[in-house]
Amino acid sequence: MAVASIHRRPSFTARFVGVTADITARPSGAIGLGLVTFHLMLAIFGPWLAPYDYKAVDANLILQGPSGLHWFGTDHLGRDTFSRTLLGGREAILVTGIATPIAVLWGGFVGIFFGLVGGKIDDVLMRVVDAFLSLPWILKMLLLIVTFGTGIEVLIPTLAFFYGIPVIRIARAATHDVVARDFVQAARARGHGKMTIIRSELLPNVRDALLVEGAMRWSWMLLAFSSLSFLGFGVSPPTPDWGLMIADARGYMSFAPSGVLAPVLGLSSLIIGINLTADALAKALGIDRAQKAPV
Amino acid sequence: MKDTMTVDPLIRVRDLSIGFTGRSGITLPVLRNIDVAVRPGESLGLVGESGSGKSTLALAMMGYLKHGLRVIGGEARYAGLDMFALTRRELEGIRGGRLALIPQNSGQSLTPTLRIGAQLSEALRLHSKLPEGEHAVRVVELLEQVRLPDPSAIAGRYPHELSGGQQQRAAIAMALAGEPEALLLDEPTTGLDVTTQAHVLELLRDLAAETGMAMVYVSHDLGAIARVCDRVVVMYAGEAVLEGTTREVLRNPRHPYARGLLASIPKLADARLPLALDGRPPAPGQAGAGCAFVQRCAIAGEGCRTARPELATLPSGARVRCHHADRVGSLPARAPAETGRRVIAESDAILSLGDLSISYARPGILDQLFGRRPTATPTVDGITIALAKGETLGLVGESGSGKSTILKAVAGLLPPAGGRIELAGDGALPPLVDDRRPDQLRRVQLIFQNPDESLNPRQTIAEILAQPLRLYFGLSGEALRQRTEALLESVRLGAHYMDRLPSQLSGGEKQRVAVARAFAAEPDLVLCDEVTSALDVSVQAAVLDLLDQLRRSRNTAYVFVSHDLAVVRALSDRVAVLYQGRLCEIGPAAAVYAAPSHPYTEVLLGAVLEPDPDTAPRLTAADIPERSPPARGCPFQRRCPRKLGPQCDTDMPPWRRGKGGHSIRCHIPHEQL
Repeated sequence: MAVASIHRRPSFTARFVGVTADITARPSGAIGLGLVTFHLMLAIFGPWLAPYDYKAVDANLILQGPSGLHWFGTDHLGRDTFSRTLLGGREAILVTGIATPIAVLWGGFVGIFFGLVGGKIDDVLMRVVDAFLSLPWILKMLLLIVTFGTGIEVLIPTLAFFYGIPVIRIARAATHDVVARDFVQAARARGHGKMTIIRSELLPNVRDALLVEGAMRWSWMLLAFSSLSFLGFGVSPPTPDWGLMIADARGYMSFAPSGVLAPVLGLSSLIIGINLTADALAKALGIDRAQKAPV
Repeated sequence: MKDTMTVDPLIRVRDLSIGFTGRSGITLPVLRNIDVAVRPGESLGLVGESGSGKSTLALAMMGYLKHGLRVIGGEARYAGLDMFALTRRELEGIRGGRLALIPQNSGQSLTPTLRIGAQLSEALRLHSKLPEGEHAVRVVELLEQVRLPDPSAIAGRYPHELSGGQQQRAAIAMALAGEPEALLLDEPTTGLDVTTQAHVLELLRDLAAETGMAMVYVSHDLGAIARVCDRVVVMYAGEAVLEGTTREVLRNPRHPYARGLLASIPKLADARLPLALDGRPPAPGQAGAGCAFVQRCAIAGEGCRTARPELATLPSGARVRCHHADRVGSLPARAPAETGRRVIAESDAILSLGDLSISYARPGILDQLFGRRPTATPTVDGITIALAKGETLGLVGESGSGKSTILKAVAGLLPPAGGRIELAGDGALPPLVDDRRPDQLRRVQLIFQNPDESLNPRQTIAEILAQPLRLYFGLSGEALRQRTEALLESVRLGAHYMDRLPSQLSGGEKQRVAVARAFAAEPDLVLCDEVTSALDVSVQAAVLDLLDQLRRSRNTAYVFVSHDLAVVRALSDRVAVLYQGRLCEIGPAAAVYAAPSHPYTEVLLGAVLEPDPDTAPRLTAADIPERSPPARGCPFQRRCPRKLGPQCDTDMPPWRRGKGGHSIRCHIPHEQL
């Protein structure tokens, strides 16, 4: 009989390298991952790259058009729009970068647990989730922010809470697919506890779906954060932020369009990058995202 | 058949090779140098195990290649037309009309939102010249032609309102709409119940005789092939290794693989275990320079390793691809003599089921408010069975007979509506897993049908086997490792399997791991739920042999559920026959398989297909689907060919006791059964 080669389960690093290679092998994935990496680099090294001080006000340079000195012109206080755009994503990436894992973790756990338990509790919980999802998100979020104030310490838990709720749905649906399979039945028949079943049977099979969902939630959360900033509930001036910059510059859009275009470019390129990466990640992991429409 | 030999073939496949490009950029063949001809009116069987290329060949005959495949060499002609050279439009004119395909799962190939009549009219619109106005009449004719009862009513139904067998008939009717010259059938009866399968095959035989169509019948089941085919091509690893008349291939197979395949099929008349064919076929591109079967062949010589045998014509007209075709006859065709029946002490029952009943009906909200019990007839009722230590009880019945439901209840996955489940020394078991003690759980283990489903794809084999060892024995570290290794050895897999994932194993190896996991608990009772029906025949024989070895060495009792009567016969000491969740007959295997028997057992046994050209199934009962058991009387009343009269509809029949614990539940006295 032929001696089979030694197969081993790929280690975490091997899998990470494999998935990354798979993502970059697709043109859309390579562009997406490139954009995301570019923005992360900017967020980290931005302060050293920015040609001007982001809060340096100059009354002589108000609302200038693009020039060799100021590539994207200046804003209504004479600050360099290019420098501010470079730094404009830092706050957003920091807040959503912390809130997204929290949302995926709590939403994922609740979803898996109720997907496993099933029955009446599950039915009731899902109706509560539906009720939550039926409310416009901005309304829910504004309510909490108005009550507790702005600032990172409020924004992170607020975003994490509200964006964890749709994750419950996805995690529960993914869990339902797995729970019906015989290996979960086999574990139940052996008499394993619920936590053991979640940890060793369900989680490894739901993890990929959660990973993709996390990437998608991240882009939604960025949009939400920028919208809050635009409305004046996000970061406080003079910290540069794309949402806030758009809000400030939109009044002068007709004669200084670069003030709006620059932050829009920054925000949309990051969100498009995340979306492309998430799609490529889903394909690399073998998940059909078309089947699981975003909530 | 003789006179057709001179006619030009309808389908002609010449030196066809099909392959795909692997990751390394090398072309890997899935079909190699196939030469097949089908003449008008002839019926050709393509038989082989999964991965042998039989479906690929059938699809190639209609000019279709699955995604990623391409033609490496050769041609496939239909009525003289090169199918791979035709344009899409030309192919559309042939496919579905002159050359029709019937796929394996017709339930899925029928459109769920359209009535059967509408789907048939569409087929007529596309593939016949009949004017629109005559379609309705023709639809009924077609449904009549496939022997569907009450055709005009069926035409008005949706696919989900039909049973599996009726769906298959509707699909056949659709294929007949274009009055095809040839019909390609890809495992058309796989997944159907034995009686339904026998009826569908008889229908196909009759249709072939009536219409003079040629048929290409793809199947892994030599029993089905024996019934409908004039000639058979045996496929192995993408090659045609043997071609000949059905009689010759089944009676005197001149290729070692065909002989091994035949020997591995359990036979109804033979209580012995079938002979396993060890090893597995080479993957595409792995066949090497020699004979593809050399790794598994008992008569292979040095020459077989280096030179690929040509397809040689034998004096009988059969063609065989083997260097040693003359020596094939010396290979054993049967298992060695009786391996010795085990002696089972009657007294110590390990499991007893007392009047077990299970109901899927859930009380509605009003019933719950008023505390009423659901009134629907239970799915499973009145099951009283005692199983001795070390005994194997076979549970047989068609789909929906409640076999698996009973296993689930015993395993504690489904709460029974009434009755007792007792385990020796432990008294009555709590109905649900959550309430059972670890030791009670350990003593009863379950093996599932499909190892792809029952093994977690994300766990290595070592992790899978560690689950019960940790849970029941608290093993860890070196002790766990040693025990895991010993378990793998006991199912004839080496320690090098430990770090593999299930996806890296073959079907048979996966099922061995599932068996090892069940035996890790050192159980007294193992519940086997159709454990071999997802496997190829040769692999099935090896798994049956393994189960037999394990019960001998450990004195484990089995409840062995299967729809395959021959498989049950090979392994069971006693057999219980179930219909609609009620016991019909129970007794020692030899007694159940011989007369006297319950009318339902008789129907079941009559429908079994044997790989023998001279046996015909005896079809006595009507092939009507049943959705739920009758509320009163005998469960088999609606289909019984020997129904006595109104008493069968109103009274539950009494148990008629025969010799040696053989009991039959029927109104007909024991002597007349």
